[in-house]
Amino acid sequence: MFGDAVAYLLDGSNWSGPGGIVAQLGQQLLLTVTALLIAMLVGLPFALWLGHVGRGGFLAINISNVGRAVPTFAVLVLLSTGPEWGTDTLGPYGRAGLATLIALVLFALPPIITNAYVGVREVDRDIVEASRGMGMAERQVFTEVELPLALPVVATGVRLALVQVWATATIAALVAGPGLGTIIVAGFYNGNYGKGLAGAIVVAVFALVLEGLAALAQRALEPERHASFRLTPKPLKAEASLVP
Amino acid sequence: MTVLASAAPDASCYSSAVNNWVCPSYFRDKADDLISATTEHVTITVAAVLLGLVLAVPLAVVARRYSRLEGLIMGVSTGIYTIPSLALFPLLTPFTGISATTVIIGLALYTLTILVRNTLAGLSGVPDEVRESAMGSGYGQTRLLLQVELPLALPVLMAGLRVATVSTVALTTVGSIVASGGLGNLLAHGVQNTFKAEIFAASLLCVVLALALDLVLLLVQRLLTPWARAGA
Repeated sequence: MFGDAVAYLLDGSNWSGPGGIVAQLGQQLLLTVTALLIAMLVGLPFALWLGHVGRGGFLAINISNVGRAVPTFAVLVLLSTGPEWGTDTLGPYGRAGLATLIALVLFALPPIITNAYVGVREVDRDIVEASRGMGMAERQVFTEVELPLALPVVATGVRLALVQVWATATIAALVAGPGLGTIIVAGFYNGNYGKGLAGAIVVAVFALVLEGLAALAQRALEPERHASFRLTPKPLKAEASLVP
Repeated sequence: MTVLASAAPDASCYSSAVNNWVCPSYFRDKADDLISATTEHVTITVAAVLLGLVLAVPLAVVARRYSRLEGLIMGVSTGIYTIPSLALFPLLTPFTGISATTVIIGLALYTLTILVRNTLAGLSGVPDEVRESAMGSGYGQTRLLLQVELPLALPVLMAGLRVATVSTVALTTVGSIVASGGLGNLLAHGVQNTFKAEIFAASLLCVVLALALDLVLLLVQRLLTPWARAGA
């Protein structure tokens, strides 16, 4: 089976053309980036503000647990079968583009919201009080104290969302959607396992590449992590991290 | 559609002419299919979580004892989740074929992300005083682990187990790519034939199943850790 997969990947004609690997990869990347940006635009301001005022914590934290319990496959099926436009083509996003985008945004929101809220909430209250005491305006407290200190946790949430979106975008092919998953699904549904495996290899490799790039971006955003001191050693916390 | 359904209550509301989302007669007529799909779903989920638990606890114990290995174990167990499920199952097929085993192993690997982390956090949370006084009373390494550390780590471990189980129920559906997705097989069939009653029933059962298993584990947690009832 591995031999067939390697042969499929080595055949240049499988990469080019409208249904080829390059075209599907481009479409899946476009979907992923669009959905992640929308989710950040919608989720971040709301969750950061909730964290700042310290309200809605129950909702912000539990939304991730709910998100994990909902099967992505079922949501994709319901979104593409339910509305009239379910499987319509949406510009460069391809068949079932809108249904897929909505599902991706829905599954990207929980980790973004939870981490943004927790990140701001976990900023040492003494530091926040001290900055208020120094005469900082509420706005300055938020932008100059809470936000920079919360950044690592917030960025981790965005990374979790990226992984989630990439996984969901792959599953979209099980329904009707575009993307690299179509190669896996076409291979496995038609008994062409080499092709299916080849698609899986491409999806997995790009998942690791995206995660690696995200980790690099996060490191670049956090200069303080390179400093060789840390005030208190951070205890290892039980974190219910997200599974795609 | 509702008019049709109420005018002829015995006509099957899941026929392709009517194709209702909610259709009680579908549940009645296809009970056998629904039961066998749900049974497969539960079997795969439980097997995967148990396998994950059997792997995660020793891994966490090793990570705790040999700090040099901790980074590697945590890195690999959290790295697995980066690979989408629709790719992981196919990647396992050269070894385990088109079978439920493929799905069980894949899902077990995903549970490691949560279970290893939570077991390790639970073990790290055991106070040093407790550990020292147990050793002072003559406990050896193994007895210390089995009778003191693991029981004290249980609440955090159980919290992880609940999260892992709930997300495994959701992920099992993707197993339909290798024809072993439990309720996911019904979803795949439903979407190919635009069979709304089937899609609705399978989605509903998925959510009910996740809630039911979570409740069962909550009860198990209460029974196993009667001392932590207030804090749970």
